[in-house]
Amino acid sequence: MDMLSDRIIGIVVDSFLPLLVTGITYTIPLTFISFAIGLFLAFGTAYARLSSNKILYGISSFYVWVIRGTPLLVQLFIIFYGLPNMGITIGPLPAAVIGFSLSVGAYNSEVIRAAIQSVPKGQWEAAYSIGMTRRQARRRIILPQAIRVAIPPLGNSFISLVKDTSLAATITVTEMFQKAQQITAFTYEPLVLYCEVAVIYLMFSTVLSTLRSRVETRLERYVAK
Amino acid sequence: MIEIRNLHKSFDGLEILKGIELTVEKGEVVVIIGPSGSGKTTLLRCMNLLEIPTQGYVRIGKEELDVSTKWRYKEKVVLPIRQQSGMVFQGYNLFPHKTALENVMEGSVIVKKRPHAEARQRAEEMLAKVGLADRMNMYPHQLSGGQQQRVGIARAMALDPSVLLFDEPTSALDPELVSEVLKAIKQLADEGMTMVIVTHEMGFAREVADRVIFMDAGHIVEEDKPEEIFERPKHERTRQFLQRLQT
Ligand SMILES: Nc1ncnc2c1ncn2[C@@H]1O[C@H](COP(=O)(O)OP(=O)(O)OP(=O)(O)O)[C@@H](O)[C@H]1O
Ligand SMILES: [Mg+2]
Repeated sequence: MDMLSDRIIGIVVDSFLPLLVTGITYTIPLTFISFAIGLFLAFGTAYARLSSNKILYGISSFYVWVIRGTPLLVQLFIIFYGLPNMGITIGPLPAAVIGFSLSVGAYNSEVIRAAIQSVPKGQWEAAYSIGMTRRQARRRIILPQAIRVAIPPLGNSFISLVKDTSLAATITVTEMFQKAQQITAFTYEPLVLYCEVAVIYLMFSTVLSTLRSRVETRLERYVAK
Repeated sequence: MIEIRNLHKSFDGLEILKGIELTVEKGEVVVIIGPSGSGKTTLLRCMNLLEIPTQGYVRIGKEELDVSTKWRYKEKVVLPIRQQSGMVFQGYNLFPHKTALENVMEGSVIVKKRPHAEARQRAEEMLAKVGLADRMNMYPHQLSGGQQQRVGIARAMALDPSVLLFDEPTSALDPELVSEVLKAIKQLADEGMTMVIVTHEMGFAREVADRVIFMDAGHIVEEDKPEEIFERPKHERTRQFLQRLQT
């Protein structure tokens, strides 16, 4: 019994650093990069869905409909295992970034669109009344207010993404969960390893949650509550 | 300063302004009164093109616009006209994420591209003028309604407009805060600012107006000096409107 727990403690200790390092070098960058590209897509899509241009509206609505209506896992499989049949071969990491970005973009375009629409019409009118163009009004007056509204849901989405990156294991990306699977393969301790990796995900999401609350408090400054 | 000819405005096929003719001279203060829904706000918004007339001619300062059936909205055409006027809103519409000073500077810096220091100096002057020199660094939610509305006036004035437009500037205010805003407007009138004011404050209209316009159902029914309108209204509808106010 003692020997067994010694062995387990050894596995936990030995694997902690490799897991954490993989988390910091794969999971975190994968999250940040995908989220940044996804946000970019989200803004573009939100603008397109708010525009009076029917073609832009059509394309963006189709994109949101498809991505939100299909499982992320299936999307990743299509990009990584499916597209080569059409002669498009994408490495595992870029495929993961593409899949996650598309997903972040689709979900958050709705968040951003709603946030922009939540800014009272009078704010546009006040901006126009001082002679601003549509672009100036949007950038200087509307977006700063909309972003305040959008930050909490965007924060949630960011933290979900940290966890969702574990799906990249299924398309051979050696991120943290994949690493845990590899270690399991020669230690035969799935319970220990998977719990350990869960704890590291929990650490990551807790740190990011704290970060998010800080940002939120800062943005609340000018609003009476 | 303002010339409006044969102005029509419809919303979804329903005609709200039915051929407005109006001129306002430089330095003149014109007050528009009339029952709810008569089109006062719509007329004011057509002057700075927050609403685009369905048809008609609008000139503000030296900028003009003639809307015919073939006319299509272009920002390039609308902006120069809009920049001739400043607007003060019923609900203030200050930018909540900016301080009083930043609210007033915003147009100078972003639209007029004035250097920051110059814009700041101008904004400080304007805020001092409406009696808010000591409140410049506060956010709108830290100010009373009357103070917010005075920031709104300073914001509109900071761009040196040819005309100031007011849409019921005091009707969202608590009664005890009305007079401080009216005082600020009166001061601008005394300085020779050209203004068009929609208001339900008849006492104030009488005091500040060079000319009063009575609107009803999308028409200008009657316009004259305040004494004439209030004491010897020529039209039955004007009489009824004023009578109803007194009771
Ligand atoms: N954007 C719009 N879309 C549709 N109808 C509108 C719009 N704006 C105004 N109207 C209609 O135009 C009419 C005149 O409105 P307006 O706001 O100009 O009246 P008003 O004289 O300012 O009234 P009040 O004294 O109540 O402010 C109203 O019947 C209103 O419902
Ligand atoms: Mg009105």
